[in-house]
Amino acid sequence: MSKFEISRRSLLQSSALGLATLSTMDMSRLAHASNLTVGIVYVGPRDDFGWNQAHAVGAAALKDVPGVTVVEEENVPETIAVQKSMESMINLDGAQLIFATSFGYYKPFVLDVAAKYPDVEFRHAAPLWTDSDPKNAGSYFGYLDQAHYVDGVAAGLSTNSNKLGFVAAKPIGTVLRNINSFLLGARKVNPEATVQVIFTGEWSMPVREAEAANALVDAGCDVLTCHVDGPKVVIETAESRGNKCCGHNASQAPLAPNGFITGAEYKWETIYKGFAANLAEGQALPNFTGAGFDKDFVRNTPYGAGASEAAIAAADAARADVTTGKPIFVGPINKQDGTPLLAAGASLDNYEPSLDQTDYLIEGVVGSIT
Amino acid sequence: MAETTDTPGLMFRAELLSEVRDQLRRSSEYIVIPILALLVSGLLFSLFLLTLGKSPTDFLSLVWRGGFGTSFSWQNTLVRATPLIFTALCVAIPARLGLVIIGGEGALVLGGFASAAIAIPMVSWAPTYLLLGVMAFAGILVGGLWIGAVGALRHYRGVNETIASLLMFYIAVSILNFFVEGALRDPSDPNKPSTMPIGSDNMIGVIPGTDVHWGLIVGIALCGILFLLMNRTTFGFAAQIAGGNIRAAQAQGLPVGKLMVISCAIAGACAGLAGFFEVAAIHGKANASLIAGYGFTGILVSFLARHNPLVIIPVAIFLGGLAASGGLIQRRMDLPDATVLVLQGLLFIVILVSETFYGRFSIFRSKGETA
Amino acid sequence: MSDDAGLTTVLLAMFAGAIRVSTPFLFVSLGEMLTEKSGRINLGLEGTLVFGAMSGYAISYHTGSPWLGVIVAGICGSLFGALHGYLCKLPKVNDIAIGISLMLFGTGLAFFFGKAYIQPSAPRLPSISFGVWSDHPAVRQALEINPLFLLGLALAVFLWWALKNTRYGLIIRTTGDSAPAALALGINVNQVRLLSTMAGGFFAGIGGSFLSLYYPGSWTEGLSSGQGLLAVALVIFARWNPIYCFWAALLFGAAGALGPALQSIGISRGYHFFNAAPYILTLFIMIVSTSPRRSLKGAPGELSITK
Repeated sequence: MSKFEISRRSLLQSSALGLATLSTMDMSRLAHASNLTVGIVYVGPRDDFGWNQAHAVGAAALKDVPGVTVVEEENVPETIAVQKSMESMINLDGAQLIFATSFGYYKPFVLDVAAKYPDVEFRHAAPLWTDSDPKNAGSYFGYLDQAHYVDGVAAGLSTNSNKLGFVAAKPIGTVLRNINSFLLGARKVNPEATVQVIFTGEWSMPVREAEAANALVDAGCDVLTCHVDGPKVVIETAESRGNKCCGHNASQAPLAPNGFITGAEYKWETIYKGFAANLAEGQALPNFTGAGFDKDFVRNTPYGAGASEAAIAAADAARADVTTGKPIFVGPINKQDGTPLLAAGASLDNYEPSLDQTDYLIEGVVGSIT
Repeated sequence: MAETTDTPGLMFRAELLSEVRDQLRRSSEYIVIPILALLVSGLLFSLFLLTLGKSPTDFLSLVWRGGFGTSFSWQNTLVRATPLIFTALCVAIPARLGLVIIGGEGALVLGGFASAAIAIPMVSWAPTYLLLGVMAFAGILVGGLWIGAVGALRHYRGVNETIASLLMFYIAVSILNFFVEGALRDPSDPNKPSTMPIGSDNMIGVIPGTDVHWGLIVGIALCGILFLLMNRTTFGFAAQIAGGNIRAAQAQGLPVGKLMVISCAIAGACAGLAGFFEVAAIHGKANASLIAGYGFTGILVSFLARHNPLVIIPVAIFLGGLAASGGLIQRRMDLPDATVLVLQGLLFIVILVSETFYGRFSIFRSKGETA
Repeated sequence: MSDDAGLTTVLLAMFAGAIRVSTPFLFVSLGEMLTEKSGRINLGLEGTLVFGAMSGYAISYHTGSPWLGVIVAGICGSLFGALHGYLCKLPKVNDIAIGISLMLFGTGLAFFFGKAYIQPSAPRLPSISFGVWSDHPAVRQALEINPLFLLGLALAVFLWWALKNTRYGLIIRTTGDSAPAALALGINVNQVRLLSTMAGGFFAGIGGSFLSLYYPGSWTEGLSSGQGLLAVALVIFARWNPIYCFWAALLFGAAGALGPALQSIGISRGYHFFNAAPYILTLFIMIVSTSPRRSLKGAPGELSITK
């Protein structure tokens, strides 16, 4: 297998499009899709209008594959419970392929179970798998920050106050990366733009999310977006206050008939459909599948009434650029504390693995992590 | 559980026999009524399922299969029961004094956090047993102080313990998040804010031949110890008297305040220990996953067990089994996860209502005894 | 932003938050107050609140009438109250424990039946604009007031008056202060408590419907962050006085707005604690305002939590 022992980093860099790594494992046991049970574990309710629902809707593609039985379990916390749920699917339902869709499932639970059941395949929805991990495990992920970047471009041309508001759940890498990309998009078309962020501290805390949205509007922000599990409240608050907004996770366009600009959406169905095709043809599932616009893993919500002609044109152009691999992170960029992240002229590839480890906000973002 | 009375040294055989029979008759009440309550809640829940067009027998057989039917299911059940044993003790011990503590989750969270935090500077040099010992001590200490403070507030300030412990749960969560997302955050894992891991070599292993970590054995032992403490020592008797009537106990000169604070501290220590095991046997670090609701399910376990530490063990296993089979029920019957919540709520209500029947049936009474 | 402007922003946000966030606290605490005045405590109002939120949203979605949703939420709440009131009159059945079990049961039922209503958008309650005189958008927003808030205020005043001055008020207070005395007066203690708990449940259900139908205005499983339980604490430091309940609810609302408001002017360090402000504040107030020696002024003598 030595020829496949290349690090994810070099792999991703060598293929700017983030081509999938193909497993060398003998996947013959999955080859006969005529009798395959697939287990899917969700961290919240399957119909939460957010992260879990996006997965559930996408994963429905698997149910259409002849011979594939899908078993699903929702509200499984990131504790020993998820390990036991996966094992229960294996032991009691005969599952041979498991999708674990929440970030915190991976370490230690997916890794432990993958080591314990080498004949079962595991795929986890975050860019965490490295080639030192079990070969029957893997990652699949859409780089949503690309869509947030395009949102930022549209938002930057939609603001009068030059203040954009961002309601965020927790200061974790993915969220921080989305915030940074949103600002970079806005700054690309509007150098005056700033992004003010409020952390609610919880993935789902509707009253506080509404308070945060109101506080941002009161502080002068006139375009809002968010990264929380269910963006409904933030979008509705922005709309009711007469402000514009960009969505997250799924389409919130109907919630804001006046102010909706566009939104950043995962397109999990592309990934799951790809997996379904692999299964139907008896192919191995890739260990690492990650992409953005280039492979249709993320998308922007169709423009709403809040999007001006100029914003639409600029956002379309930005999306075309990112799709062809033009970098989002182009220097000079400083971190919030003033230390340089990128010098003028330098840039980071959109799939640069260090971006998965984002633990900073960049200059232009107001509000701190701690 | 019925109290055994002191048997006089010399007693005729026949008298002894009738005494034993009476004892059995009276204690059988404590078995028959709960079983009836289980049946009644099962019946009510079956009606609920039938109105939804689902089959109660399917449900029952899935609970059996998912919770107890296979060796895997049994281990799944025991793994889930383990934290419940500790958190139920956190409710049961103060309950003897008439205190209702519902914030054990807070002690679990902070106990777990303290274990993980104290390990950080030690991991590089301390041998495993020392590290684990210090971690367990930190968990016990912080958990004990946390709920002990609730007892102290109750006694010295008259602050209601139920509300105070709940409020302190929310505060505990903010303390945990403040540190794991801030000063004590492991910089190598930006996507799941956690403390530095204690290292897989230092983690508590499983009982040989099973998937269940040693916490289960410790929990069962702790139930035994606390049963003896509450039923066979002066401390336990004093607590019982104070629980019956605090003012009378004070009048008798019992140190009610001390009893309260100590009981609460013991309770918090149990929950803190649960947090320690979550960190040392499951997660290997402290993060928001510690907030898993074990403390709240523990309330249910303790009430179902009528706050008897020994009965907590089977009840925790029963509820662990329900939790273990919850996934199977979701997968096979297309019922939402909240189904188990509904069943738990029904069970809880019926068991509480069954309290009213103790001492009401003459069949359980000794001959000649009147109600 | 200058300090003064920042302070104004925070104060204005807290004022607005007090009005926006306080209504569920107000209704649940008035309901709990009434129940406790009759001598029982109902910890199950958290479950009632969640079920009220779900049922109100569902009815509004199906009928198109949010006000009908509010009423049905109240009726569902009073059914939970009836269950509590009925079960607690059985000998040896502990009201606190029954409350905890009803909390679990109500939440479970709400989640069970609420699955279908997470996605759809139901018609929401309207608000009345009291801020048209101001040209400051934040002030105008703060004075977008929901009729339920005003109804809650009126209810608080009414309960304050009725408990003091009416025969029913006297009956409830007597029952709560001393069951034997009430019995001696020929009052049916259990019935008074049953009705008080039902009324309390009704109010709590309405409080829940405010969450789903006005602010934040949608049904999700994470909708309540313990408002129903906090309201129980709120009653204690409101000294069982309906008017104080109103002020306490405002205070809770303002405290809830503190965290986001501070972050909006750039103060984020320690936001976890600012977000926990309502809980910290409640605990603090309970500690300074209670005493182990005397029973609290206004506390019903029969109440298990103050004995």
